[in-house]
Amino acid sequence: MSLWEYANPRKFIATTDVVLPWFWAGTIACLVVGLIWGFFFTPDDFRQGSTVKIIYLHVPSALMAINAWLMMLVASLIWLIRRHHVSALAAKAAAPVGIAMTLIALLTGAIWGAPIWGKPWAWDPRLTSFLWLFLFYIGYIVLWQALDDMDTAADMTSILCLVGSVFALLSRYAFLFWNSGLHQEASLSLDKETNIADVFYYPLLLCIAGFVLLFITLVLVRTRMEIRARRMKALIARERMV
Amino acid sequence: MIAILTRDLRLAIRSGGGFGLSLMFFLIVVVLTPFAVGPEPQILSPIAGGILWLGAMLACLLSLDRIFALDYEDGSLDLLATAPIPMEGIVTVKALAHWLTTGLPLTLAAPAFGLLLDLPFSAFGLLTLSLALGTPALSMIGTFGAALTVGIKRGGLLLSLLVLPLYVPTLIFGAEVVRRGIEGLSIAPALMMLAGITAGSIALIPFAAAAAIRVGLR
Amino acid sequence: MQMVLRVSNLTCMRGGIPILANVSFDLHPGQILMLRGPNGIGKTTLLRTLAGLQPLHAGDIQGAEDQIAYAGHSDGLKSTLTVQENLLFWARIYGTSGIQAGLDAFDLMDLQDRKAHDLSAGQKRRLGLARLLVTHRPIWMLDEPTVSLDTNSVAQFATAVRAHCASGGSAIMATHIDLGLEAETVDLTPFKALAPIDDAFDEAFL
Repeated sequence: MSLWEYANPRKFIATTDVVLPWFWAGTIACLVVGLIWGFFFTPDDFRQGSTVKIIYLHVPSALMAINAWLMMLVASLIWLIRRHHVSALAAKAAAPVGIAMTLIALLTGAIWGAPIWGKPWAWDPRLTSFLWLFLFYIGYIVLWQALDDMDTAADMTSILCLVGSVFALLSRYAFLFWNSGLHQEASLSLDKETNIADVFYYPLLLCIAGFVLLFITLVLVRTRMEIRARRMKALIARERMV
Repeated sequence: MIAILTRDLRLAIRSGGGFGLSLMFFLIVVVLTPFAVGPEPQILSPIAGGILWLGAMLACLLSLDRIFALDYEDGSLDLLATAPIPMEGIVTVKALAHWLTTGLPLTLAAPAFGLLLDLPFSAFGLLTLSLALGTPALSMIGTFGAALTVGIKRGGLLLSLLVLPLYVPTLIFGAEVVRRGIEGLSIAPALMMLAGITAGSIALIPFAAAAAIRVGLR
Repeated sequence: MQMVLRVSNLTCMRGGIPILANVSFDLHPGQILMLRGPNGIGKTTLLRTLAGLQPLHAGDIQGAEDQIAYAGHSDGLKSTLTVQENLLFWARIYGTSGIQAGLDAFDLMDLQDRKAHDLSAGQKRRLGLARLLVTHRPIWMLDEPTVSLDTNSVAQFATAVRAHCASGGSAIMATHIDLGLEAETVDLTPFKALAPIDDAFDEAFL
């Protein structure tokens, strides 16, 4: 049994029928526990006060904004190489979730930044990268919508995603070159020395797990929707053939 | 391929808008800037390099949808696609023609516009150099955007939306060359990145753009 | 030297849906093939697929590589270029020399310094067809070539096709006009793709 079997729309729908409830349950459990723990049962930061607690939304959403992109990149490659329609539809389904995550990261960042930096926005490399990501997601989504033929749209957006990924890295480097930042260093890393304190760390991990699950769940739901929309189109086309 | 180049240049000259349009737009941006930010040299001088780069980029953006749209509408793109020239070659030549009609005139005119914005004299050479190095990348990336939107009616706005993020690194490094030059900092890293982006774009984008055109035509 | 164009079990798609299935025919040098069938059956799609503008869904095309001159609904003319410049451009693209044959065959000599936007619809079409002669390609693929041509020009066109085939070329065209040519007719109606009967949506949502 190969992984590619799930690229069959039928098999995909049948499988997700079974697993989706579990993903929903996992998402809700992680997010409810993680957020309540983080918001109410962790101490305030000695410098930032309770403002720091927005970290439980900010870091996971930022992480998923980038991971959504990576997922779209992989899905686009699979479509271009193996021509699995479900893969193209999954990339299409991930984009709105990705842009929502980007927007959440930008907004929570602004809310966090306003009291701490004294201004909601700064042209910091990290912030600018997310703004760039936001712009690019818009272009990607609009291109999907502008093309009527599904295969054409899938090809065009996949090419855009590949080329865009190269320019995303270039832009990231350009932003670093252009302005050294205000933003603090990454809060999480494998090197334990630089990590935030344990009291914040565990609820944050739980929130991240929740966002990962939320992302997967939403992408699965949206992919199912796209598959059905595509099938409907195919059915209408079939009617016309008879 | 030279045939396509000469034809595109001839078309640009005959239709009148080719060379003039983007230069006019560049002029408009440059002339309006002092009205918006004030005429004092101490305000204009530091931002001159950035404004000139921004103006050049926007002027470039303006003419992108003409690269393939006209050929698509009158059917010549179909015929070119069946001609014995690889699509990658056609795309590259199209980008070259675009650069010759926009990027090159902009580069040549930029020093004159620099005078209007009180650009320090020491930076004139750097401005021309950075534009000469950077504008080919703008044309190449723009051609890719035009290829992605080739079958879309009124795709002009979408084209700008797609291309804008891709222009960001070129704009940053290009303007940075001029800024660092004025401040007396080392310009080599920015200049090398700019040249690298241009070289990389010229080497790789034709393949992506040609693939997009083939998809768009079917 | 032209090879035989061999189309076997070709399935063509339009808008992601197969519309023609199992189309097979051979086209020998000197032969003319007329595609017939009601509007929307897929004549244009078939020609575009043969010309390599669209990917084929299934089947095989042999002997088409660098052999085909395609003429679609639009003539691909640049309105600000003269008749001569338009033809010379295509001559250079195809690496051929001499546009005289094209100008002669479609009676464009007197018009050659006229800009394309000053031409009438029929004259534009003649210019578009003259391009075929300029390409020196053996297989002509013509999609409704006689649109907006008058009787006289249609006769000129028929003569040009006849001369082309006499010199070893061949042609496939989709047209409803009887040109008085010795041609084989392929009716596309029997090749119409059938809707899949079962409900199973496979990988490609066909």
